[in-house]
Amino acid sequence: MDFQVVILAGGFSSNLVPLVSKEVPKALLPVANRPVLSYVLDLLESNNLKDLIVVVEGEDAALKVGGWISAACVDRLHVEVAAVAENVGTAGALRAIAHHLTAKDILIVSGDIVSDIPPGAVAATHRRHDAAVTVMLCAQPVSGPSESGGSSGKDKTKKPACEDIVGLDSWKQFLLYIAKGTEIKKDTRVKKSILCAAGKMELRSDLMDSHIYAFKRSVLQEVLDQKPAFRSLKQDVLPYLVRTQLRSDVSSDQNNVEEIGNGKDNMQNNEVVLSQILSNASLPSFHQVYESGLDSRKTHKCCVYIADESKFFVRLNSIQAFMDVNRDVIGDANHLSGYSFSAHHNIVHPSAELGSKTTVGPHCMLGEGSQVGDKCSVKRSVIGRHCRIGSNVKIVNSVVMDHATIGDGCSIQGSVICSNAQLQERVTLRDCQVEAGYIVCAGGEHKGETFARK
Amino acid sequence: MDTRRGALAVPKVRRVGFFTPTEPPPESSQRPNRSQSGPVEATTSSSPLSDSPSGNLISPVLIPPSRHHSDNLTSHAAAPVPVPGPAAFRRYLAHDRSLHVGSYNAPDSLLGTSPPSSNGEFSEDSVSLFGFQRSDSTKLSASFPNGGFDLTLAVRAPQESETIIETASASEGKKKIAEVSGKSESVTTKPQKEKEPKSLKDKTTKAERRAIQEAQRAAKAAAKGEGKRHADESVEANPGKAAKKPQPKKERPPISSSVSEKTAVAVEKEKRMDVPQTQMQYDDKSRVDKAKRRAVVEQTETKNKVELFLHLPQYERGSQLPNLSSNFFTLDTIHHAVYKVGLQHLAGDISGDNARCIAMLQAFEEAIKDYTTPPMKDLTMDLTTKINGYVSFLIECRPLSMSMGNAIRFLKNQIRKLPVNLSEPEAKASLCSDIGRFIDEKIILSDKVIVQHAVSKIRDGEVLLTYGFSCVVEMILLYAHEIGKKFRVVIVDARPNLEGKKLLRRLVSRGLDCTYTHINAISYIMREATRVFLGASSIFSNGTLYSKVGTACVAMVANAFSVPVIVCCEAYKFHERVLLDSICSNELGDPDAVANIPSFSTKAKQSKMMDNNKNLQFLNLMYDSTPSEYISMIVSDYGMIPPTSIPVIVREYRRENLLL
Repeated sequence: MDFQVVILAGGFSSNLVPLVSKEVPKALLPVANRPVLSYVLDLLESNNLKDLIVVVEGEDAALKVGGWISAACVDRLHVEVAAVAENVGTAGALRAIAHHLTAKDILIVSGDIVSDIPPGAVAATHRRHDAAVTVMLCAQPVSGPSESGGSSGKDKTKKPACEDIVGLDSWKQFLLYIAKGTEIKKDTRVKKSILCAAGKMELRSDLMDSHIYAFKRSVLQEVLDQKPAFRSLKQDVLPYLVRTQLRSDVSSDQNNVEEIGNGKDNMQNNEVVLSQILSNASLPSFHQVYESGLDSRKTHKCCVYIADESKFFVRLNSIQAFMDVNRDVIGDANHLSGYSFSAHHNIVHPSAELGSKTTVGPHCMLGEGSQVGDKCSVKRSVIGRHCRIGSNVKIVNSVVMDHATIGDGCSIQGSVICSNAQLQERVTLRDCQVEAGYIVCAGGEHKGETFARK
Repeated sequence: MDTRRGALAVPKVRRVGFFTPTEPPPESSQRPNRSQSGPVEATTSSSPLSDSPSGNLISPVLIPPSRHHSDNLTSHAAAPVPVPGPAAFRRYLAHDRSLHVGSYNAPDSLLGTSPPSSNGEFSEDSVSLFGFQRSDSTKLSASFPNGGFDLTLAVRAPQESETIIETASASEGKKKIAEVSGKSESVTTKPQKEKEPKSLKDKTTKAERRAIQEAQRAAKAAAKGEGKRHADESVEANPGKAAKKPQPKKERPPISSSVSEKTAVAVEKEKRMDVPQTQMQYDDKSRVDKAKRRAVVEQTETKNKVELFLHLPQYERGSQLPNLSSNFFTLDTIHHAVYKVGLQHLAGDISGDNARCIAMLQAFEEAIKDYTTPPMKDLTMDLTTKINGYVSFLIECRPLSMSMGNAIRFLKNQIRKLPVNLSEPEAKASLCSDIGRFIDEKIILSDKVIVQHAVSKIRDGEVLLTYGFSCVVEMILLYAHEIGKKFRVVIVDARPNLEGKKLLRRLVSRGLDCTYTHINAISYIMREATRVFLGASSIFSNGTLYSKVGTACVAMVANAFSVPVIVCCEAYKFHERVLLDSICSNELGDPDAVANIPSFSTKAKQSKMMDNNKNLQFLNLMYDSTPSEYISMIVSDYGMIPPTSIPVIVREYRRENLLL
């Protein structure tokens, strides 16, 4: 279909410290004991997209990610891993790999997405409108990605109320305005020309940019070349394209013919008549109306695809999101996990050892080789591989990564224990994050703390 | 047997209006054989049934309508002495059977005496019958020399003479038996099961069968020394397979061997391609199910359909587009240009026949450019199947218009006519230029010609009324304005599409004096009009205008007010079918479009309430037909003609391939 797929896998995101570390870049964070990148790859593979470019920030991270990819799916996918310098931003990353891009359109997917929205829908919308850029918007999670999943009510640390503010035309096809909700203080500027041309703009704060974009390659590369200062796709490139859609500086080739069509001699030129018949046949979008009103103006279209609300979509971009994703993937959205659940709605690996009187509740996952002592209780939690958990341990709404050790009598709620971390006896953690390899001393009682080596 | 056939001819499904029997009568499929066997056949067999040429060419989905009468006449000129149909068939079957009475067992021939049952048995286990017969054929043939004849034959005299000749060419006879058995099966089986024999029939086209026969003849000649029986056995050994197996290998030699052969094949193929395609009858459950299985676009039928239009496809609009678009990357078989056009059709981004046709052709052009013949495959064959796939995909997105059908037929014709010695890039270039030529000549150039003709009919001070939006009419109005004619335009529009608004906007922006009204006011506004210009989706050979719904109303009102009605239609939209009403062939639009008024804020609630109401059905017809008596004149690229001249143009120009 002449699409190239670029996955922006990021590097060591500062948002996710202490979960990420030198050993575990963001793309390899485990979600239900699988790296988050594998969800994206699966989604793309199920849509028959097998030639992928994965862009990773930092050489080290690239090596790690590349190593995992070559081990995990070398037989199924054809993946190129490209390393770019750290802190160049998404736009910089694309600039760095620009010479790899050859197809007519580029599909850019963030590497931290756990979703079942088919990316083909974005591509189809993009093609249908012949747009310069198409953005996928999805419903904003109200508080935590899923209400029912957070039934305990404890893990609903509030996200910023509105993440993005988008302006749509009355048919919900075109993007007229986009801004980050956090950037807008009191007032904002909307292009008057766009507002006039579209006639009506619907501002919505319940939609969220999903970081899945389809770009026309020529447009994207031109913008990246012309504006070397642009660092981020979302914060620079996209708003720029939206802002300039009625006075396009980028050459979108299809408009050239129509311009001549305004001349008097249009009966002579077959090409012109042809394009006129075609353009007249469709209901003119406001772009065309605007174009015909003012000669020598070029426009490009910024389209949106609004994902169905029933679809699952989460970006793993914060610690809270990490918890939510883990919970949802083995809970409400368990079709994404690729595991088969037992009758108790949980996954206990056959090699895991459970002590006597230990209960593993629904929506739990116990990785292979993990040992759980006597009289433990595990609820709505993910426990990784080869963890050793003592007796009388309570784990609720938490994520315990591989090779963690938890002493007797611990109580863990809403926390993340990274791999190789060690909890000594009778530690009580609540909403804490424990860095990889950290040792929490015995008997402590902690709430909302982050344990990391200074 | 006659009674039996009669009963089956009555279809199980309700059909409206214009259709051909889904079940082609057996005669039709036997035609090629008959014409082969020359003098022998001449005495006995001739098919009086009119649709014979098309019978065995039916694709599983599309039912061709009966061909134009003139076509039938020509094709029947070849077939000799007409004999009443059923009788002919009976005799034909009988003589086949009698034929192998000579060499087989009598019970077999006896079957012929009780027609209804015989046919059934014969069909059910025809193959096994052959096997069984073979074992003791020689013995029995000796013991029952001619007995079968007396029992079976009502008309003996011609038959006997025939058998003598026929036994000489027994292998051919066997071949026919195999086919007769196949056909009779198709007669006896229920409509649900009729697909299998039909698909089999599809595979054995006339040309192929002819090739087989020729090959068999050659084989026979070679085997003459060995004796007839030998040859018989070899053919008879696997009667079912003999009909199919040799084709792929043996089709080639006759084609390459002689030029005359080749042209004959080409002509036959052409005949097949000329069979006009019609819409599938969507109240035919089995066919719909089959089509659904192959469908690319997931479709759910709407529940509340208007009963009169059950035979037309109507789907839930909401789910189609998301379904299709989410499969964007998984649909490998569809070229992305075609896919885009399909999406645009489905979403209604492109409307208007010319635009849809051009968009489709351009997509095909792009697809052909990107096409590479897979190894071990023939460009002509493979590309045709590819195009067929694209076409069926487009049909799923939205039913094709008549003009698109014509354009597709043109393209397939061009593909078929490609010289064999052309290299792939050359062939592709030639096809692309053909498509470009079609767009240029048949659409754009003819639009220009139409504009020139029509403008001569506009005088100063006139009030021109037009309905909806037609790109030719728009060109006419703009051009007339450009050359300085003084006139006023009345644009009549109708919900739900309000296409006239597009026209209005452009006309007003060019400075034309316009009046815009809805069709409700037609009888009032018609008083002002001095001329009515209408666009067309298609014009049929009886002069019926097939156009956007509401056109008929405008034409009739104009007629009542004695205002001349001028229809502007490119000649590529002419169609050889005959259309009497707008029921049998039409398209259903989105029913919600009728129900919802966009400006109403409560629309969502309203329609939900309405959706659940079983007593409420929405009908959004897209087209209607205007009888020719309401049309004063048709402006086409062949000049200004009365509607009665359409068949002449269709006949004369298509014959010379000028029309397409």
